[in-house]
Amino acid sequence: MTLLAALKFPPIGELVKWPQFLPGGFNKVALICVLSTLLTLLLFFVAGSNKSLVPTGVQNVAESAVEFVQDSIILQTMGQEGMKYLWYLTTLFFFILFCNIFEIIPFFQFPATARMAIPLMLAVVTWVMFIVVGLKKHGLSYISKSVKPPGVPFALLFLIIPIELLSTFIVRPFSLAVRLFANMLAGHLLLVTFAILSGTLITANIVFMKPIFILPFAMDIAITGFEAFVAILQAFIFTILTAVYIGSSIHIEH
Amino acid sequence: MLSLMAQAASQAIPTGEVLKGLGAVGAGIGYGAAAIGPGIGIGIVVGNAITAMARQPESAGVARTTMFLGIAFTEALALIGFVVFILLKYT
Repeated sequence: MTLLAALKFPPIGELVKWPQFLPGGFNKVALICVLSTLLTLLLFFVAGSNKSLVPTGVQNVAESAVEFVQDSIILQTMGQEGMKYLWYLTTLFFFILFCNIFEIIPFFQFPATARMAIPLMLAVVTWVMFIVVGLKKHGLSYISKSVKPPGVPFALLFLIIPIELLSTFIVRPFSLAVRLFANMLAGHLLLVTFAILSGTLITANIVFMKPIFILPFAMDIAITGFEAFVAILQAFIFTILTAVYIGSSIHIEH
Repeated sequence: MLSLMAQAASQAIPTGEVLKGLGAVGAGIGYGAAAIGPGIGIGIVVGNAITAMARQPESAGVARTTMFLGIAFTEALALIGFVVFILLKYT
């Protein structure tokens, strides 16, 4: 329980392996995932339950969020055609945002996206999504069109086709997942490092070392603010890259 | 002198320890090397985005979105280096 409430520092190996506290491998990361799913559901159900013409409270938040996804993600990358993917992008943005923001919420102190499984699963969903959209729009010629840019001389095709195949269908989901995962893990490790440093200094045996703890402690507070920014930015980047990929399989021409 | 060298050579080398140490050195050098290129790249991306915003403040929104996209693409290389570092160090 002390581990769940982040009251002590877990050993470094728990970055890879978490202890479970409910049967079925249910651990803290799973708990955070379930919580962020519920929060996303709650936000939009409460906002949509009584629609008033002049939005107040939660409805205001949800409407401005949807408008943000429309204006600064979809219209910038896909144009009017992408409006039918609004449901997916909004859900994705809020799920990742809630998963990330648990990094700086006391008693949780861990972003669920700092475990490779969760960003990887989201990236696989995006991967399936943009392939299916491309196949629906262009038929089987989607694959040949997306690996063969127009106007390339014949001799170069032997070089271009493998590179494009690799970069479109393998590197894209991989880099999408690794970007989110590594950003959140690096932020978490940074916070933990400064927290351990200030904790060690304040319990040090040498008296004149104790006041020095204020330096890493101040740095920890500053990094907490920075991590709040990173959590929002990474959710935004994941969503906008998803939009770019779906848009690139709607309009294939490079 | 010769006897000292012979004595040193006859001592058993702890292979596992040496491998662990070499792994740590490789992880550190690897991450450092992986951070060079993306550092320069992000500098170029942000610098040019600032130039664009200063020249045309009315299109700052488009420039900012594109800047974040460019940063995200450039940064991926450094992050892959970081993941390799974690894999080498903690698994």
